[in-house]
Amino acid sequence: MSANIFRHEFRSRFKSVLIWSLSIAAITFFFFSLFPVFADQAALMNEFLAKYPPELRAAFGMSNMDLSTVLGFYSLLFLFIQLCVAIQSSNYGFGLVSIEESELTADFLLSKPVTRTRILTSKLLAALSSLILTDLVIWVSTFAAIEAFGQGRAYDRGTLFLVLFSLIIFQLFFLSVGLVISLLVKRVRSVTPYGLGLGFGAYMLSAFTGVFGQVWLELLTPFKHLDAAYIVANHAYNTPLVLLNLAVSLVSLGASYWLYIRRDVPAVS
Amino acid sequence: MSVIEVNQLTKYYGKSRGIVDVTFNVEEGEIFGFIGPNGAGKSTTIRLLLSLIHPTSGSAKVFGMDVVSRGPEIRRDIGYLPSEVYYYEGMKVIDLLKYSASFYPGDHTQRIQELSETMELELHRRISDLSYGNKKKVGIVQGLLHSPKLLFLDEPTSGLDPLMQRKFFDLIRKENTRGVTVFFSSHILGEVQRLCTRVGIIREGRIVEISNIRTLQQNNYKKVSLTVDGSNPLSFDMPGVTNLQAENGTVHFFFKGDINAVLQKISSVQVTDVTIEEPTLEEIFMHYYE
Repeated sequence: MSANIFRHEFRSRFKSVLIWSLSIAAITFFFFSLFPVFADQAALMNEFLAKYPPELRAAFGMSNMDLSTVLGFYSLLFLFIQLCVAIQSSNYGFGLVSIEESELTADFLLSKPVTRTRILTSKLLAALSSLILTDLVIWVSTFAAIEAFGQGRAYDRGTLFLVLFSLIIFQLFFLSVGLVISLLVKRVRSVTPYGLGLGFGAYMLSAFTGVFGQVWLELLTPFKHLDAAYIVANHAYNTPLVLLNLAVSLVSLGASYWLYIRRDVPAVS
Repeated sequence: MSVIEVNQLTKYYGKSRGIVDVTFNVEEGEIFGFIGPNGAGKSTTIRLLLSLIHPTSGSAKVFGMDVVSRGPEIRRDIGYLPSEVYYYEGMKVIDLLKYSASFYPGDHTQRIQELSETMELELHRRISDLSYGNKKKVGIVQGLLHSPKLLFLDEPTSGLDPLMQRKFFDLIRKENTRGVTVFFSSHILGEVQRLCTRVGIIREGRIVEISNIRTLQQNNYKKVSLTVDGSNPLSFDMPGVTNLQAENGTVHFFFKGDINAVLQKISSVQVTDVTIEEPTLEEIFMHYYE
């Protein structure tokens, strides 16, 4: 790891981290401010929701959520947090190496006396730190929101920790898969479409598995690997799916190193 | 001692040619010119030597070390000025230079100051606000600030005004007298002529000629111009004469061979003026391209 590359990378992403984490914190507070209504009128609410077609409820992963409990309510909100974080992590993954190439600064960095392994490691650690900083804001605002709007209702703290911690595994998946795709295609001109595509695409897949009941599809998407509703219902991760998720991330990371070390940096113009 | 040894280096980008079977050496302390038209493979060669790209076959050594396996070590003592300079746009000039310096051991603040004073570079402006020529200056300072032993200059003067070009050349000469080896790629022959001791000429990915600038100019061709009275210019069409042109009583041609043959021929006609000179590199160069 090179401290100077890490610092440079971390700084260049700092603004984006602020925007993402503050937006997510704002969504968390806004959403939780509605919780008292849901909790007080639980019966009415569940009756109301029952009127929706089951496909729609499935699409939002609400089939087995009880919106009148803190954790049930939070798992619905968590889906949106996951969506934001998925797009953010994919963006960082796609941009990790490709931004240097599209903004033509790769020549500068790679003509310095550092190995490519070190460059990639420093970049990855910087991106991970940025994501963990985002997580910190999410964790703190979650507890603050529950404190403010939870009406003192009891919930299982351990389960909430499991849900919150799952974010890191979830982010690692999008970061590393985004990175490996960016190294497999010849040139990434703009990061945003790729990032949105991967993040939103994974979410759509998970929604479809709900709608059509195609169980094998859930093997593909981290939204199912780390489904908050499942964690809340079982007080545990779905271990095989989490292991599958980690395996995909690690293989992507390994492949990224292999590709990056052998990569021909495209010339300017 | 050879600072750069290139041995049958070949690079294909998929099917399209980069360079083919390129072999040459650059000796310590020389300024080696590398000339060729756009797309001939100049940048490809430099990028291979910096291990920004990987060779298809062949090998290259810098400071006696293989470029593929020992790139980071080699790059410690290399300064590189790319043909097009692009840097992190949001940064200030000084921050970029400090970032660049942080990759090399030691303190380089003093040298950054000196170099940017010489090149009249304003350190506290944002890179995104700089003109093309000013970005080029950032590139120059960035490439020199760690006092490298070997400099790669890839068409360095584009975008610099003549005054700056001169300052730049003085800077390079000064570095050279300190023992720095310079690899100077260009398609502008005048500047190569001014600066370099030896040149390699590359064309369509292959080296066509490597020689001393002097021998290139002396041994090859003489440029002869005559003003003649009433003589048939075509009488100069003899063995060794090329590019014969005649207009309004003046005759120009290139001559290669025993110069006495031309002198005898000239003395046999009535001339009012004669010049025999070395052709410019430009004119020699055109010859290689025909």
